[in-house]
Amino acid sequence: MTIDRTSVHAALAGVTRVYPARAGQQPVHALGPLDLELRHGEFFSVVGPSGCGKSTLLDVLSGLAPPSDGQASFEGKALGDNVPDGIGVVFQEDASFPWLTVGDNVAFGLRRRGTDPAEIRRRVDYALGFMGLLAFAQAYPAQLSGGMRQRVCIARTLVMQPRLILLDEPFGALDQQTRLLMGDELLRLWRETGATVMLITHALDEANLLSDRIGVMSARPGRFIAIVETGWSRDRDSTLAEDPRFGAVSSRLWSYLRPESLRALGQQVPAAAQSADPLMSAAQ
Amino acid sequence: MTIAARGRDSILVLIAILAVWQAINLVGGDNLMTSPLATVQHAIDMMGQARFWPHLRETITAYLAALAIAVLGGVGFGVLLGAHRLTGDVAEPIFVALYSIPKVTLYPVILLAFGLGIQAKIAFGALHGIIPIVIFSLNAVRQINRTWLRTARTMSLTPLQTVRHVIIPATVPEIFSGLRVGAALTLLGTMLGELFASQRGLGFLLMTAIDLHDVKTIMAIALLITLFSVAMNTVMLTLDRRLHARF
Repeated sequence: MTIDRTSVHAALAGVTRVYPARAGQQPVHALGPLDLELRHGEFFSVVGPSGCGKSTLLDVLSGLAPPSDGQASFEGKALGDNVPDGIGVVFQEDASFPWLTVGDNVAFGLRRRGTDPAEIRRRVDYALGFMGLLAFAQAYPAQLSGGMRQRVCIARTLVMQPRLILLDEPFGALDQQTRLLMGDELLRLWRETGATVMLITHALDEANLLSDRIGVMSARPGRFIAIVETGWSRDRDSTLAEDPRFGAVSSRLWSYLRPESLRALGQQVPAAAQSADPLMSAAQ
Repeated sequence: MTIAARGRDSILVLIAILAVWQAINLVGGDNLMTSPLATVQHAIDMMGQARFWPHLRETITAYLAALAIAVLGGVGFGVLLGAHRLTGDVAEPIFVALYSIPKVTLYPVILLAFGLGIQAKIAFGALHGIIPIVIFSLNAVRQINRTWLRTARTMSLTPLQTVRHVIIPATVPEIFSGLRVGAALTLLGTMLGELFASQRGLGFLLMTAIDLHDVKTIMAIALLITLFSVAMNTVMLTLDRRLHARF
């Protein structure tokens, strides 16, 4: 099957998310209104200042939380308060189940779904092999490092054969070297599965390295202030950081993001950062 | 610590206890404390007498009934309170306060309510055991990792599957810790209940022996209760460690 890489796979239209007021507090307007169209098979990253609603965006796009207003859709069908078949989510926190072995963790979703045992074994072996976990199938998560446990979570999502993979700062708790290597593995997984990927990250270099397009969000309530196309080839990896164009993209991202980050910290935005052309201000 | 080292330490502690016990007997004589050997001998003699067994049966029946109430009530209440945030927030300090009152002061009330029979002992035992089980169960449910629940949702688990495959395995180790503490306190409560205004049970035998200044019987009963309690706690502690090993 050939995929039309320009067609829309998942979309948000005029989406807002407002958390209702708790006792004695104001309601929190966390997100939007914003629009987003994820194209079939693209690698899309979202960067933004902390607290801008990145995770809320993921909740809405996965069906974990319904939008307060506007429309979220996946493969043409509206998303509500359920995660549909075909969407896989990897969280920032370690979500592996400590009471199950690595193998049982990876097989977990398929078993609940009632997949044929032979098929489960085949898919689990493949996912374990792909993530370099075959030797640890009988180990428990407590015996593994943080990076290995995050691989277990990715493998657990991978066996479900998702067509849209959403990752919420999955490498946030890992050291820099592990992050770079995990990024390479994520690219390999993306190429192999042909899935559409949306990655939420606070690391600009990571977003730059991995993505076809990067959405830059404003301070809360988060909206997209820019969508940056990187133009990297599909078979890229972490050696891309040596490319001189790489630095230019990172600077461009930062020039968009800097005023928003300052705003998120509650500081005055300097006049230079408000210049009409972010590239110009980055060069100053 | 390895199992061998732990076993060696236990044996050393046991030898030390026996040595101190023997020394007290040598210094103070049989009127203060009978020797370990004489105590074991008397305990065996007691178990050979037919009139001993109804007392033991009474204590065991009361303990098991109290334990059943404490476990079922404690886990049930605890899980419900843990699942509902506001109710749990209100109930927890109340239970902690109840936990800290010396419950023996309530025993006259229990006697008035339940009479002088086995019911009062059961109620008093259950009262001691239920509170730690409620507190542990409440916290086990309340502190469940939210990411595990979100993961269950991303895999489209039904509510029943979520309970069976995520919530139960996630909370069982902590609830079991509550059961361990609860089982020990239930035994304490049941025995306390037998010491006052009771006509049967090991506690009753103990009080009668105290009245008669029958040191040998006092020591033998204390030994039996201690052995039972240590054995139970050792088994439960081993299970508890095993359940927590992977968390």
